[in-house]
Amino acid sequence: MNLINLCRIAYRSLNRNKLRSFLTMLGIIIGVASVIAMLAIGEGSNQTIQKSIASLGTNSIFIYPGTNTNGGVRGGAGSNQTLKLEDADAIAAHCDLVKYVTPIVQRRSQLIYGPKNWNSMIMGIRNDYLLIRSLSVVKGSVFTEVDQRTAAKVCLVGVTVVFNLFGDEDFNPIGEIIRINSIPVKIVGVLAKMGQNTFGQDQDDIVLAPFFTVQKRMMISTDHIGSILASGKSELQVVDAVDQITGLLREKHKIAPSDDLDFTVRTQSEISNIFGSITKVMTILLASIAGISLLVGGIGIMNIMLVSVTERTREIGIRMAIGARGRDVLLQFVIESILISVVGGIIGIAVGILASKTVAIFGGWPVVITATSIALSFGFSSAIGLFFGWYPARKAAALNPIDALRYE
Amino acid sequence: MADDITLITVKDLTKTYTTGSVQVLALKAVSLTIVKGEFLAIMGASGSGKSTFMNIIGCLDSPTSGTYFMEGKDVLTQDRDELAALRNKKLGFVFQSFNLLPRTSAQENVELPLLYNNTVAAADREQKAIAALQSVGLGDRLAAMPNELSGGQQQRVAIARALVNEPIIVMADEPTGNLDSKTSYEIMEIFQKLNDKGITIVMVTHEPDIAQFAKTNIIFKDGRIIANEQVASRKNATEELQLIAKLSDEKSTT
Ligand SMILES: Nc1ncnc2c1ncn2[C@@H]1O[C@H](COP(=O)(O)OP(=O)(O)O)[C@@H](O)[C@H]1O
Ligand SMILES: [Mg+2]
Repeated sequence: MNLINLCRIAYRSLNRNKLRSFLTMLGIIIGVASVIAMLAIGEGSNQTIQKSIASLGTNSIFIYPGTNTNGGVRGGAGSNQTLKLEDADAIAAHCDLVKYVTPIVQRRSQLIYGPKNWNSMIMGIRNDYLLIRSLSVVKGSVFTEVDQRTAAKVCLVGVTVVFNLFGDEDFNPIGEIIRINSIPVKIVGVLAKMGQNTFGQDQDDIVLAPFFTVQKRMMISTDHIGSILASGKSELQVVDAVDQITGLLREKHKIAPSDDLDFTVRTQSEISNIFGSITKVMTILLASIAGISLLVGGIGIMNIMLVSVTERTREIGIRMAIGARGRDVLLQFVIESILISVVGGIIGIAVGILASKTVAIFGGWPVVITATSIALSFGFSSAIGLFFGWYPARKAAALNPIDALRYE
Repeated sequence: MADDITLITVKDLTKTYTTGSVQVLALKAVSLTIVKGEFLAIMGASGSGKSTFMNIIGCLDSPTSGTYFMEGKDVLTQDRDELAALRNKKLGFVFQSFNLLPRTSAQENVELPLLYNNTVAAADREQKAIAALQSVGLGDRLAAMPNELSGGQQQRVAIARALVNEPIIVMADEPTGNLDSKTSYEIMEIFQKLNDKGITIVMVTHEPDIAQFAKTNIIFKDGRIIANEQVASRKNATEELQLIAKLSDEKSTT
């Protein structure tokens, strides 16, 4: 018995039972495609979140007022007012592991230009903010030292603000005066376009102004600041910089070593870890759904194989009666299963990739197809196909031909 | 005489079926010698052990005890693969229920035994299958599926499949059991022609008139052979068919 003949026999057998072959294949296709698509979506969102967090600057250190009790709910901005401008200045003066530091005050405000108005976020910052966030100005220039010191009525705007106030993203608004909370402010620069972040927030819908401009002219309370953004000298020194900042602020706020801090210091990598664990949960969830699909597909394959066992046992009896050896029969069934698994697996991979891309295009959701998901789903489905094709065949091939012929 | 060369010798064959606690003695010490060129018809009541005996000498089943020699070789000591080769090359089996592969054309059904035969080149396969189908009068139905064929035609495909590896012996268990008498005679015509060419035929039938086409009749009763005799006035299937044709001609003219 040569292999070519067996392949021919297997092919004819599959061709003759098109519906059965197709249904078996369908189980594999569903299993493989769903695992690939689910894991692609999970992995895609994970990577995008990590990327956008990394875009905050890998050395970044965030200092918030109040204690972030582990995993607990933190009050909205302003609910804790414990940080002051002098804290930011002290960090700048005393923490030698910190490279840049800026106090931040922010509020939402109505912007008015002629007949148009737009609601946006106004942030009061020092120029270090632009350096920490790697922001650049495409038109005009950044604030001068004098602007910062004198609380000059100047601002930098994002392109979304330009579009909404001037009707055209490419309009050059340098020198135009807009009103923020009725205060006339001159636009001195336009920020480079940043696009959306992972959460769909438009990062270009922003107005930056010198720190004092916002704090003194636009905030109700002028004592406290919203937060402090700093950056370490290098990525390796970020953790030490955090310790320096924590020690300094604990001393300044006169907090005993046994007492809780009234501020929180987080590094970019800590934040990235928090989101990492969120996406991990999501990936596990998607993987479980995919696993269930795989199981359902597997049960489908199993059902088709077992339902056809009577017919196939008779077929085995006929084949043995005309001279097929047990191993010819077994090999035929294994070849059939391999053919189904490979063809079904390839179609499943194609469908899975297509489904992922469709999600990516229409859902605006990033996807990353991993080799692991392909190998895992393909391996599992074909193992089921192989086993349930092979096992009943092995039992039938061990019968006397006459018992196989009589099987019912 | 060449006719007298022994092909099959079985001695004291017994077969016991055990289903749960019930034991059925289907064969009780059956001994028989079949010579080359024989055309044997096995008769007997239903349940007398005819099929059990056929399946054993057809190497589809194994006996509980006894000996079985074919062409001087001990069959019962051969392993499963050797028996498969024996079934493939020396034996051709024809069943009452045809046992064709469904949804498989006549030609592909007939090609099957060739696919399991290493000594047949791929190039010869098609031509051999077509020749076998032509020899049973189905040269024009090569692509037909079993469900497109009448019972008699399906049985002829099964016979072609049994013949395609040029066996020395054809075994048929009630080959005409599902067929009307004219179609049965056509099958007998094929068997007689095969037998004339020297192929040994062993056939089970419970119809006495079909048994008259054989050379020898043996009768089973309760798992034993109770009679073994030459057919005194052997019928010729070709003549019988001509007779039937003539009779129906007369009927239609009157
Ligand atoms: N697979 C089997 N299992 C149990 N008993 C069987 C089996 N095959 C046949 N028998 C019994 O053996 C006896 C002989 O059966 P069989 O050889 O088929 O008779 P025949 O072909 O002459 O009608 C019967 O009593 C039948 O019931
Ligand atoms: Mg019978």
